[in-house]
Amino acid sequence: MSDEPIKSKKFSRRAFLKVSGGGAVGAAVLPSLVKTTPVRADGAEVFKGAATIQLKVNGKARSVEVEPRTTLLSALRHQLEVTGCKEVCDRGECGACTVLMNGKTVLACMTLALDAAGKEITTVEGLAVDGKLDPVQQAFIDKDALMCGFCTPGFVMSVRALLNKNPHPTEAEVRQAVAGNTCRCGTYGRVFEAALAATKATNGKRG
Amino acid sequence: MANWKPLEQMTYLGKRYPRLDGLAKVTGAAKYTYDVNLPGLLYGALLSSPHPAAVIKNIDASAAQALPGVKAVLTDIHPTGTVRYVGEEVAAVAAVSPEIARDALELIKVDYEVLKFAADIDTAMQSEAPRVFFEQPNIRDPRKGGKGDIEAGFKQAAVVVESDYRTQVQTHNSLEVHGCVAKWEGENLIVWDSTQGVHPIREGIAKFLNLPQSNVRVICEYMGGGFGSKLQSSRYNGIAARLAKAANAPVKLMLTRPQDSMTAGNRPNLIAHVKLGATRDGKVVAFQSKTYGTAGIGSNAGSALPIAYDIPNTQTEHYDVYTNAGPARAFRAPGCPQASFVMEQVMDEMAEKLNMNPLDFRLLNDTNETRKKEWKLGAEKFGWAKRAPKPNADPGPFKRGMGLGAAIWWPGGRGTKSQLTILPDGGIEIRCGTQDLGTATRTIVAAVVAEELGVPIESVKALIGDTNYPYSGGSGGSTTAPSVAPAIKNATEKGKDKLLDLAAAHLGIAKTDLMIANGKVSAQSNAAKSLNWKQLCALLGTAPLEVQGEWVEGLSSAGVAGCQFAEVEVDTETGLVKVLRVLAVQDCGLVLNRLTAESQVNGAVIQGISYALLEDRLIDPVTGIPLNTTFENYKVLGALEMPKIDVIIYDEPARGVIGIGEPPTVPTAATIANAVYHAIGKRVREIPMTPDRVLAALST
Repeated sequence: MSDEPIKSKKFSRRAFLKVSGGGAVGAAVLPSLVKTTPVRADGAEVFKGAATIQLKVNGKARSVEVEPRTTLLSALRHQLEVTGCKEVCDRGECGACTVLMNGKTVLACMTLALDAAGKEITTVEGLAVDGKLDPVQQAFIDKDALMCGFCTPGFVMSVRALLNKNPHPTEAEVRQAVAGNTCRCGTYGRVFEAALAATKATNGKRG
Repeated sequence: MANWKPLEQMTYLGKRYPRLDGLAKVTGAAKYTYDVNLPGLLYGALLSSPHPAAVIKNIDASAAQALPGVKAVLTDIHPTGTVRYVGEEVAAVAAVSPEIARDALELIKVDYEVLKFAADIDTAMQSEAPRVFFEQPNIRDPRKGGKGDIEAGFKQAAVVVESDYRTQVQTHNSLEVHGCVAKWEGENLIVWDSTQGVHPIREGIAKFLNLPQSNVRVICEYMGGGFGSKLQSSRYNGIAARLAKAANAPVKLMLTRPQDSMTAGNRPNLIAHVKLGATRDGKVVAFQSKTYGTAGIGSNAGSALPIAYDIPNTQTEHYDVYTNAGPARAFRAPGCPQASFVMEQVMDEMAEKLNMNPLDFRLLNDTNETRKKEWKLGAEKFGWAKRAPKPNADPGPFKRGMGLGAAIWWPGGRGTKSQLTILPDGGIEIRCGTQDLGTATRTIVAAVVAEELGVPIESVKALIGDTNYPYSGGSGGSTTAPSVAPAIKNATEKGKDKLLDLAAAHLGIAKTDLMIANGKVSAQSNAAKSLNWKQLCALLGTAPLEVQGEWVEGLSSAGVAGCQFAEVEVDTETGLVKVLRVLAVQDCGLVLNRLTAESQVNGAVIQGISYALLEDRLIDPVTGIPLNTTFENYKVLGALEMPKIDVIIYDEPARGVIGIGEPPTVPTAATIANAVYHAIGKRVREIPMTPDRVLAALST
């Protein structure tokens, strides 16, 4: 394999480009990556290889070995067995891998694991507290807001994030909040019902 | 003959209760095929053909083989060496990470001799078009059908309508792509597959690998949607098993999203020319159709014309057309939504010519007694009487319209087996080799047991999705509920009978005097003589009670009817169609779970709207390359477009269990199309009814 920088023809996450303003990678992880030569014409440094980083997943610190291109989704699913976030499109089109990063929804397939280092990651596995379901989860069960269930974790996380910042959404706001989540079985109407029911059950807060 | 107890005596069946695996699905605990992680698991990946037609001359995989982390490479996976559509499997690798597997694919060099192709139906139908299969023409011999006397029928007809309609190719796009995990244990192979049929898949894999079926076990505990595309084993199954053998390690091989779109099935399109004849007083007497459709390199692109209406004189002629595109597979009510799109519109065209209300015209010509009642019920609930008598009644630019269409489906239940195990500590297990596609099969399996034994549903462990469990067929054709429920009831009846024997002997009471309800068995003549469930099961001693059940007559039926109504709003300046509301009335005999049955109808309607307005698999005729193989480009209906959907499950419990997965998606596109016509007074004769097509229709 040549030390080619990021290809322009075909999108590649094989190498990690460190550019000013995109400095999301902690300085601590960079030394374990190998700087490629030559540097790109624009002076940006390109790193390859693997690095061990810490991810805080559902309150626990976990070590993962990642390449610059490794997505948060790949790290969670393949290394940590956190499989609630689903791989469906792997390019940010469907929302099935939605997780919370420092409280905000991100698509795990579009987030590099390196960028998630040191941040609080919450997945659907982390919503229940002491065995007690998040009211959003309970409402999804009660309203049958799921069928095959493959999109469900993503919807649950999107609704949870909505209620965290807007405890009393309208149905229109719920629709906006899940507009990035795709369901092929057709659970949408019941997702809206579940979100509104969760709001009523607990005043929007986590139970 | 077996029968169900009356609906009013039921605790679960006919009622609303949440699905048992909801908890696993909302917490991420549910393990789908994609989620199966095993020690030493390798990740497989497939190299796809970039050409719509080419001979594979040579494959050089040496660089891929040499890449660190690559554990197996296969270059002989194509059965003939001639690829016939973009996306077809050419080579395969297995590596220690999905990322390295993708790297390895890029290192494989394939020399192709590129051939001429015909990737779209219009090109393929031209007389000088390149042949998809060299030995036969693209347009295949017709399949002809019909009844009565077509010429005499049209002679009786005072009014004739003749029209052309066209539908598109639709791809399934299940959220979980097709894929499997293959693991060898000596000569035995275990396959976790995202499938609609563990038993049929086992048969397919064993045949492909030339293994005894008894050496193959297929497991599918949870699966992320199939809609018909996961009823059969696929090339990837055999490839995964071969990679696992070559690497001496388990291999997970999931298709990519584009591969899933290109190779794993689709609903064929339909090009239809139809002719309908009716008497002056509105009786339809003759129907004739000539249709073409493409299933890619596959077959069976036919339609169910003339769907839903029993017409005395019919003649149908259908031609499958080969194209250099991925083969079709069953897709939710195969042949029906496209037929309905044609039939319901030509019916409306006729009604207009006869100056009849479309509803009255249906009532006059519909011979299905259930649907006649549903039409009336639905029309009343929907407010059909408020429909403007003439189309294009709104001054605009936003114009509203109402339409309707008929749902129909045929198959019923068939051979399924089951095993009930009652453990001495009171535990209840029910085993059945069916699978849950999201249709709540697991839940209804447990519910039937709970209903029969008078115990809470939570106390029943439903074990499904494994070929180690008793045989059940693939979950297709809406056959699952009517196949499975009778087999479960049969085993449970037998188990109950044996428990009653034990109780009768222990209590010294005649068996006929005993009843099981509310978690205990008691004498009807003396309530003091009773045993609770634990005490009853303790009578078993140490050996569990195991009884086999099978599908029996009398508990299920075939054939359902339904109808739908829709109101749309068309923006005549932009051509955008917005569906405002849909009402679906649907029977399914005895409802097993009203909550989850409604969910299935919701989903069917949503897929139908999506089919009507958005979905369309596009292949570039110049390059033969599919253009919209991802969710970014292939549009499916989403949260912002969701209309109000009302569902009425029409109870006919005396008929027993009938499936509901497919029929409610049959008439949705037709219903919307009729509503669009009513709104704007112009027919949009092709789906999806995108703004450009609506504007084109408006300008005629």
